[in-house]
Amino acid sequence: MTTMTDPPRESFRLSMLLYDSRYRSMTIQIIVLMGFMLGAAWLINNAVQNLAEAGKTFSFRFMSEPSGYDINQRLIDYSSRSTHARAAVVGILNTLLVALMGCIAATVLGVILGILRLSKNWMVSRLAAVYVEAMRNVPVLLWIVLTMAIMVEFMPAPREFRGEEPEARMYLFDSVAITNRGVYIPEPKFANGLGDIPVAISLRSEGCESYLEGGELADSCGLFQISLDLWLIIAVLLAGIFTAKLNVKRANRIQAATGERPNTLWVNLAVIILPTLAVLWYLGFYLDKPELKGFNFRGGIHMRNSLIALWLALSLYTAAFIAEIVRAGILAIPKGQSEAAAALGLRQGKIMRLVILPQAWRVIFPPLISQFLNLTKNSSLAIAVGYMDVTGTLGGITLNQTGREMETVLLLMLVYLVISLSISSVMNAYNRRNALKER
Amino acid sequence: MSDKVTAYVRTEMLEEKAPPSLNTGPLGWIRENLFPNWFSSILTLVSLWIIYKMLVAFIPWAFGGVWNASSLNECREILQGVDAACWAVIHERFWQLMYGFYPDHLYWRPNLALILLIVALVPVLFEGAPRKLLWISVATPFVGPWLLWGGTIWTPVAAALGFVVGIAVYRLTASALSNLAGLVLGPLAAVIWWILLAGRFSDLVSSILPLGIEPVESRMFGGFMLAITLGITGIAASFPLGIILALGRQSNLIIVKTLSVGFIEFIRGVPLITLLFVAQVMLAYFLPKGTDFDIILRVMIMITLFAAAYMAEVIRGGLAALPKGQYEAADALGLNYWQAQRLIIMPQALKIAIPGIVSTFIGLFKDTTLVSIIGLADPIGWVKFIQADAAWNGIVWELYGFVALVFFIICFSMSRYSMYLERKLETGHK
Repeated sequence: MTTMTDPPRESFRLSMLLYDSRYRSMTIQIIVLMGFMLGAAWLINNAVQNLAEAGKTFSFRFMSEPSGYDINQRLIDYSSRSTHARAAVVGILNTLLVALMGCIAATVLGVILGILRLSKNWMVSRLAAVYVEAMRNVPVLLWIVLTMAIMVEFMPAPREFRGEEPEARMYLFDSVAITNRGVYIPEPKFANGLGDIPVAISLRSEGCESYLEGGELADSCGLFQISLDLWLIIAVLLAGIFTAKLNVKRANRIQAATGERPNTLWVNLAVIILPTLAVLWYLGFYLDKPELKGFNFRGGIHMRNSLIALWLALSLYTAAFIAEIVRAGILAIPKGQSEAAAALGLRQGKIMRLVILPQAWRVIFPPLISQFLNLTKNSSLAIAVGYMDVTGTLGGITLNQTGREMETVLLLMLVYLVISLSISSVMNAYNRRNALKER
Repeated sequence: MSDKVTAYVRTEMLEEKAPPSLNTGPLGWIRENLFPNWFSSILTLVSLWIIYKMLVAFIPWAFGGVWNASSLNECREILQGVDAACWAVIHERFWQLMYGFYPDHLYWRPNLALILLIVALVPVLFEGAPRKLLWISVATPFVGPWLLWGGTIWTPVAAALGFVVGIAVYRLTASALSNLAGLVLGPLAAVIWWILLAGRFSDLVSSILPLGIEPVESRMFGGFMLAITLGITGIAASFPLGIILALGRQSNLIIVKTLSVGFIEFIRGVPLITLLFVAQVMLAYFLPKGTDFDIILRVMIMITLFAAAYMAEVIRGGLAALPKGQYEAADALGLNYWQAQRLIIMPQALKIAIPGIVSTFIGLFKDTTLVSIIGLADPIGWVKFIQADAAWNGIVWELYGFVALVFFIICFSMSRYSMYLERKLETGHK
């Protein structure tokens, strides 16, 4: 007869910290943590000492001092008397502007190129391949400075638009002018608009004193202004889209019940477009075309060369990468899927729309987002062509004027980190929601 | 019924007929691939038109160009209104675009370093190369920088001796005490050697036996030489660092994992240019007072860290793609963590990750151009210098075209090599 005995109780020995896998991981982690903390402490200590010796203190107070420099391309009010903080905000908005424009253009171009590269037409697919390889294998900075140089050197000067027989011409019914000083496009305006309201009112800013004393609310009071017209249009548009969705749902219900699907296209278009048109008419919408007056164009929106060059170069460059992603996504769908769809009697267009693309989309989406992030980060190369994005304002002129390298560079990194992390977290959430649910 | 005429029945096979001439040969190929339907035909015609336009614009411009002139105006005088390239700028500034201000009687040194590197890479990249070449691979990391920066030969010797010291101490202690003691004391001895003794050693020996070549300062580096130097050091250093970070991110040690994730996400969240700003203006604050090392070295560190974070993500992808059975099989064989990684996991994970790794390398090489923003004279920096020269003010296509072409050749051949490697390592199962 055997007796069950407990295994002999091991007493803890010091060598077990290294040789016993139960404790070893703990040992390694504590050593790593100590090493990391020592390193960090060493760096911070050095920084504190060096700053003290240079007679600098670590403070962000300079951000509320007047910046003293001008920014030529801006989305919100700004003058050289505004603060460094406001200059940084102008820069951030400029970064977001070029990133948004770039992402849209790059996606459109990239999808077209990706599909062309898959085309059965030999010449078209070769041409697309040449474009993709040429773009991908040359640094984006080169494309940016090259586009800038082309804009400055080869585009007509505004005076060439003058006269009876001008050397240069405007495009699109005389509404767009491409010059060596930038591109002028018409500006949407409202004859009887609702005006702007200032948001994020900070009472210390200029123009607010009179409001505090019971006067009018000045335009310069507040961090930025929001056009009520724009909000109204967006609201109407959203309402239209929502109604259209309800209509689609209703059509789905009828189809499920009777097998007949009522036509939704015209109703939806009408529901979305007609109210918007009505609102535009009510607000007195018109386009303010740029016109040559004196030595330069007046009116319309002036997009600087730097913005155009950066936008074009980033879009053309990123489009090459997106084309490859789209191509890989479509190729990743097994041939059986399209054959099965064909066997069900779907036509070519519907196979693409209902079977291939929804599946390819799941493959395409995550790398597409990382391309958007790359584009946003590459937009920091704006500094090479003088576009005032956040690298140009905060990391450029503000840094040089105040001499506060530590604060500005850290803040700059923080801005990009927040932008990147928020884009990627939103997109990851979307991705999780749409991921294939496997059992 | 018997005399009913039967229908004609063929008793012998017919000769095979050739397919219609429109469906075979070049004509058939053109019909099938270029003009299968009206939409495709339009696309073909549009493509042909684009190609025609580009060739018509490019060929006379490029081949009618001027090769000998000393300024853009002279070019224009020679061309007399014909729109053609002024290649003279490349002809005159070629060596600066290639080497920057590197002294021209020393061009052989970077050249030799590059040749050495290529020879060193042969046994690593292609199997079947003589194994003795590996000695060159081992020597290159020490000889290469010495050739570039010059100075006394004892500095690279001292650096290499650090490894010898480390390995010797490891061998001694491992046999005398234990393997673990060797693993701790060996690297420790090497680090002590590098920090405390190597400098004195090289000073001492070079005062006794001054052997050396003319030193060249970092600010003389420029052009493609600078881009290639930065690119190669970045690639060589970021790869092992990336592997370590990827393993850290996959590890179950929570602190190691958190640190790795934090580092990777931070670096990937900020643009490279901000890291270069750090190298330019901020790094001096974080180091003890008086340490003032070269801007190129600082930039190299930052580029390496930047590429390592991306590399780590690519390798993590490879690790994640590996079936769990591989890890379990390695455990079942009784391999420990590092053995399993070295023998089972990494060879497969790296193979899966090859396309990503190479595209990270290509990205890194392209990103070296960003150093022109912080004032280093890489090819794009040189283009700007040349454009600022009164003689060449206003020249665009020739310079950018040349720089783009060189970048294209280097990056494109890297991507082709990665495709070759993928095919070579393909085992048929994934």
